[in-house]
Order: sequence, then structure tokens, then C-alpha cells
Amino acid sequence: MVAIAVIKQRNLFTIAMLTGIYSFLTAGLFMDLDAVDVAFTEAAVGAGVTTVLMLSALRLVGSQQRPTRHPAIALLVVGVTGAALIYGTLDAPNFGDPNAPAHTHVAPRYIEQGPVEVGMPNMVTAVLASYRGHDTLGETVVILTAGLAVLLLLGIQSGPEIQHNVSAMGRHMVLRVMVKLLLPFILLFGLYVQMHGDFGAGGGFQAGVIVATGFVLYDLVFGEGNLRKVLPTVWLTRIAAIGVLIYGGVGVFSLFAGHPFLDYSALADDPVHGQHLGVLLVEAGVGLTVFSTVLIIFYAFSGRRRQQ
Amino acid sequence: MIEIGHYNYWVAIFLMMAGFYVVIAQGNLVKKLVGLSLFQTSVFILYISMGKVADGAPPIQTPGVEIYSNPLPHVLILTAIVVGVATTAVGLALVVRIRESYGTVEEEEIHAMAQPADEKGEG
Repeated sequence: MVAIAVIKQRNLFTIAMLTGIYSFLTAGLFMDLDAVDVAFTEAAVGAGVTTVLMLSALRLVGSQQRPTRHPAIALLVVGVTGAALIYGTLDAPNFGDPNAPAHTHVAPRYIEQGPVEVGMPNMVTAVLASYRGHDTLGETVVILTAGLAVLLLLGIQSGPEIQHNVSAMGRHMVLRVMVKLLLPFILLFGLYVQMHGDFGAGGGFQAGVIVATGFVLYDLVFGEGNLRKVLPTVWLTRIAAIGVLIYGGVGVFSLFAGHPFLDYSALADDPVHGQHLGVLLVEAGVGLTVFSTVLIIFYAFSGRRRQQ
Repeated sequence: MIEIGHYNYWVAIFLMMAGFYVVIAQGNLVKKLVGLSLFQTSVFILYISMGKVADGAPPIQTPGVEIYSNPLPHVLILTAIVVGVATTAVGLALVVRIRESYGTVEEEEIHAMAQPADEKGEG
């Protein structure tokens, strides 16, 4: 399996590529297990963003790893823990058992009532943005915090290797033309995923990542000066904060309208209509935050010059 | 559908232990982060495989489909993936800073460097 290869390899560049492959395989597995939304996210995040992140971090820390010292003790600890966990699974329900505890508590209500109450066929989006709206708000804030933490740790510098309009890959005609052709479609697809999250697989999280990937791709091929002129860091941090603000603002608005926090039926006279509007706004907030956080992180890593 | 019993848990446990091994046995900090994300994916797979219902369809309402897989784990994992990449980025940023102040990302070398500094500070 790829996982074993990841452990064995000592060259970290190879590892970065292998984790990309691993993520794609995982996404395929999720697809097979009916989790279309999750597969979507894993493919965009794991195979796209993480690989780019790993590579730009490796540029800064160097890519060779020293051999390990005492694998025997570690192997023993791992073996014992694994055995204990396997013993623990003996009581667990079988794979795909419809009577497993996980499927009998709140899930039936989400499946049966979700499309009726929230008025959208994609139950994952309904649960994500409406029923568990508080959790998602928390997670959006976590993402914003992570982006800010990276910004605090690394700062945004423009390294000495940055030249306007030119980068190492930028001189290849095929790459330039292909990226120019692909970019509008990537962005369009991102918007579609954002807007269509109610009905099919997708939503703010995936859309944010996809759009950000489009920008990262452009940046990689065309050099770093252009993108930073169009989207300066100051703006990105503002966009990220505005995303959270939209989300929180919807909650506060429903409070003022005399409903519980993040109760979207306050937004319109008809509850289902209100839910639609609320989910749309909230997903837009999530999308903005995720998009700008991913780009902030990418800027921070790619702009940092290597210090000896 | 093929009956696979508890096999899904064992796959998750195998991956989790592989990640765990990398975290405790390897000295390179970047490698440790890779191990952590391996560990993380194993948890994702565990949740998603628990959400699967035999003969179920993806949880998007379709006319004529009665059995859906459980949407709740999907929601949890979807957000966890994005949060996961954000935290990995923070980890990598820390590693970059460590590399800048110590000149290495190998745990033992860092320890060796930090030890004399501590003794000096106490004395």
C-alpha cells in the first residue's frame, strides 16, 4: 500500500507526491462509501492544497531525512496499541449494518425531515449549514485562526527569487497556454460548486478550496508578482474576516428577530424560504473564509525566503 | 454486497498504527506531520465507513430511493478535512520557524542543541 511506501521513503519530496496519491485513493474510497461530499473535499484538499503546501514547506526546510535510531521499541508500542484496538472492534457492529447505533439516533430524523424542513435535497448541506450550524461556525473560526497563526509565524515576505511575470515554469509555452485555458473553468466550477451545494455535492468548503487552487496554479506558472498585485494580503485577511462576519451576522440577525441564534426561519416569512436564504449566506461566508485562508497560507509559505 | 464484517475497522486501525509509528519512531519533524495526517485520514475512513448503510445511496434526495447512507459522519469529516489542512499548515509553519532558529528539523539534533542552552540558563 501507499501508506507503507510513505513510511519507507526517506526523501521527503517523494513523500509529498505519495501523500497526494494516497489522498486520491482515499477520495475514491469515500466515493465508494457513498460520501460524495467528503470525497469531493478530500480530492480538492488532500491531493491539491496539501501537496502544494508540503512542497513549499520542503523548499524551506530541505528534503533529506536522516535514518531512524530505535524502531524496535516504537514497533512494539504500535503493535500493542493496534492489538488492543482490534480487540475493541470485536463488539462493534458489522460494516453496513443498518441497525448500528450510529444510524438509529438522530440520523433518521435528518434523512426524513431534512429535505422537508430545510427544503434542499442534499442532506449533507442541510445538516452542515442548518442543523449543526453552530459547529460549522466554530470550524470556520478555527480555519480563520489557523490562517492568522500561519501569518503570525511566517509573516508575508517577498523572497529574492520573485521576478515579475517570470518563474521557473513560466517559460514553457504549453504550461502557460493550458493554465490560461483552464483557469476560467476552474473558477467557474468553483462558483458552481458554491451555488449548487443545496442540490448536489458541494458547498462553501469545497468551493473555497477549488477557487483558491485555481489562483495557486496561476501563481505557480506565471510568477508571484502578478497575483499579489491583484489580491494583496491585506485584502485577503479582510475577506477571511468578512466571511466569518457574514456567518456570525446571520446568527445575530436571527437573535434580533426574536429567534434562537442561527435560526434561519427568521430571515423570511416562509420558514423553508428562510432556510434557503440562510444556508446560501452561511455557505458564502464559509466559502470566502476558506478561499482567503488557503491563499494566505500559500502566500506565507511561498514568499518566505530560505534562511541558512 | 459482499459481507466484510469488521474488515473496515481493521483497515482504519492499520492506517492509524502506521501513522502512529511514523510519529513516534521518526525524528524528522516534517515526517512526523505526514504521520499525523496519516493518522487523521484513518479516523476519517473509520467515520465514513461507519456511516455506510448496506445498499444505501448517497444522501442526496432522489425520487425512488428509500435507503440513504448516514449523512451525519459525512458532515463531521467534511469540515474535519478542511480544518485538518489548516492545522497542518500551522504545523508546517512552526517547523519552518524551528528550522530557521536551529538549522535542522531532526528532533535529536534539536534536543542536543537545546540541552546545553538549558544548563547554561539554569547555572
